[in-house]
Amino acid sequence: MVKNLQLNNDGKLKHFLTIDGLSRELLIEILDTAESFAAISGNQIKKVPLLRGKTIVNLFFENSTRTRTTFELAATRLSADVLNINIATSATSKGESLLDTIRNLEAMHVDMFVVRHALSGAAHFIAQNSAEHISVINAGDGQHSHPTQAMLDLFTIRQKKPDLAKLKVAIIGDILHSRVARSQILAFNTVGVAEVRVIAPRTLLPAKVETLGVSVFHDLKKGLEDVDVAITLRLQKERMTSALLPSESEFYKCFGLTPAMLKHAKKDAIVMHPGPINRGVEIASSVADGPQSVILEQVSNGVAVRMAILSMAMQS
Amino acid sequence: MNKIEINGGRIIDPANQIDRIDSVYIADHKIIALGAPPEGFVADLTIDADRQIVCPGFVDLSTRLREPGHSRKATFKSETIAAASAGITSMCLQPDTQPVIDSPAVAEFIRDNARKCGYRQIYPIAALTQQLDGQELSGMLTLKQAGCIAVSNANRPVTSLLVLRRAMEYAASHGLILMFRPQEYSLSKHGCAHEGAFATRFGLPGIPEAAETIALAQCLELAELTGCQIHFNQLSSRGSVIKIQQAKKYGLKVTADVAIHQLHLTEDDIEPFNSSYHVLPPFRTGLDREALRSALNYGVIDAICSDHQPHDIDAKLGAFPETEPGIASLETLLPLTLKLVKEGVLTISQAIAVLTCKPAKIIQQDKGTLSIGTHADICIFDPDANWEVNNQTWHSQGQNTPFWGHTFSGKVTHTLQSGRLIFKAE
Repeated sequence: MVKNLQLNNDGKLKHFLTIDGLSRELLIEILDTAESFAAISGNQIKKVPLLRGKTIVNLFFENSTRTRTTFELAATRLSADVLNINIATSATSKGESLLDTIRNLEAMHVDMFVVRHALSGAAHFIAQNSAEHISVINAGDGQHSHPTQAMLDLFTIRQKKPDLAKLKVAIIGDILHSRVARSQILAFNTVGVAEVRVIAPRTLLPAKVETLGVSVFHDLKKGLEDVDVAITLRLQKERMTSALLPSESEFYKCFGLTPAMLKHAKKDAIVMHPGPINRGVEIASSVADGPQSVILEQVSNGVAVRMAILSMAMQS
Repeated sequence: MNKIEINGGRIIDPANQIDRIDSVYIADHKIIALGAPPEGFVADLTIDADRQIVCPGFVDLSTRLREPGHSRKATFKSETIAAASAGITSMCLQPDTQPVIDSPAVAEFIRDNARKCGYRQIYPIAALTQQLDGQELSGMLTLKQAGCIAVSNANRPVTSLLVLRRAMEYAASHGLILMFRPQEYSLSKHGCAHEGAFATRFGLPGIPEAAETIALAQCLELAELTGCQIHFNQLSSRGSVIKIQQAKKYGLKVTADVAIHQLHLTEDDIEPFNSSYHVLPPFRTGLDREALRSALNYGVIDAICSDHQPHDIDAKLGAFPETEPGIASLETLLPLTLKLVKEGVLTISQAIAVLTCKPAKIIQQDKGTLSIGTHADICIFDPDANWEVNNQTWHSQGQNTPFWGHTFSGKVTHTLQSGRLIFKAE
């Protein structure tokens, strides 16, 4: 069902809601398409006319700077018209339902929704309830999925380490609340990396996490051994008040990615972070800004990858 | 139309160990004979039940008609018709109406309105605490006198064990049974799916099995302390089954039911983000379902209820976690129970017992049998008739069922309540 919803009758991408149910071929096609857009980003004239005349609505029910900006940039470079709607200051705060918001925007003849929402399944719901011609791109729903982030991470990894099948990837930190981690795990397993690991205390791991196809570590040193890619996740402050962790400092001591810890990974391992970074909480500044870090490259790749996804979904 | 004769059907009356093809004779609302007609009996109405099963009308331990307060979801009229069409002749109503059933006026209002719709056997469950707020005891004795058959806090928490203890002691003093859906709220709140592989994959806040078993264990301890008779509603997990089994062995006065959909669906069956699967307690694992099924077979679980919760369309439109939980399930009660027979979980006699005499015994009502002299509550159904769940066949105002569009075997043709024909299939 997830699969059918995302693909049109020809098996082409219609909505991009989750990595779940998408084929390896499709993920590789996204990466290859992004490759060609990445080349354009280096040009003097960065615009292509692929989506001229199309209207894309950035529908953000949750705050975001990075994701929204890169989506906006991606849409602008594809020559689409972009409408940014910040729902915190808009109709739903006056009690309008999600469906009414969608219906109203549809009536304005838009072509695509890029949706971020605090509840899992919101993007699916919008895709199921939108007019036939509208494409929906999930820019993060609850704790479920953030598939464009996973694709830009995969893109960055492939740039640095092209032989994906040999890679050992570790994801460190708050897996429980992370839609990024869920999408990354699915993406990495779909393209067939050698091993995906999660490293976290039990309080920050969802039940039966191993069913996602990961090996589980509670010890950062052991988890990092022989790893090619180390991804740290943002730790939200509220985790400390809900009895999930005793303190930031204890978390940093056990799971913070410091130069000393990073030595346990492979010498040429890369360090990633979906942002925004809490320096000194999940990662040391010297690691975030160090030679192994590709964090800023992730951001620039975000534009190319989102251009690829927007154009593929619009063209189907 | 006082005298009714039902001919040629297979009579299954588990309470009296009857399973044979025979006739039933009804006069003055009561069953007066099985087999040969009493002398001088001339029927006003004869029902041909050839190739059909004739059994006691079903007794549903947990239903919501939604009125008063939520008529956008369902009404007395819509739901009593749905119940009659499903062969259900007695319904216990959960107290979470608006206003809640914490005063005799509300209980009487409900019974009166149902009666106006031609449906008489309504058993309100009184609120355990005023406003269901979990703080102060309701006027249980007055509510009992107004026809309430049990007390319950429905799905609302009683967070203080002291309040729960006192409520149990008070209920026990008046011979009232306490109905309890075990759920520890500090473990379950915000949850909308079983804490397991499905919730993890789809990023849904989970409800662990322990949220149910911990509350159940606490309640069992208090049952022993207070001597209160407890009936557990809508068990969903293997751990609960084990605890109930131990408690029964130990001699506690406890009984339990399971919602019909829990005996069929597991987390693996949920279509991702399809809100018609959003129900509490949530669908758990295959292991849990097997445990619930065998508990029913061995009598550890005493009854199947519908746990009918009709909703309006808007309640189910939204991102999965924000939709309202609950399934409209009066009309799938019989076909899904018959499916258990087909799948070898229960014999037909067991299946009818868990819908009739066993739930009736829990609420201490003289219902659910075809004994001579009892009120004629009778369901006649064709076990082999197929029907599809759709707009034409469905009566409840709530269409929130994961079985929409499914085809089932087992269709009610006639329902009699106290000797009055309240449903006849066209």
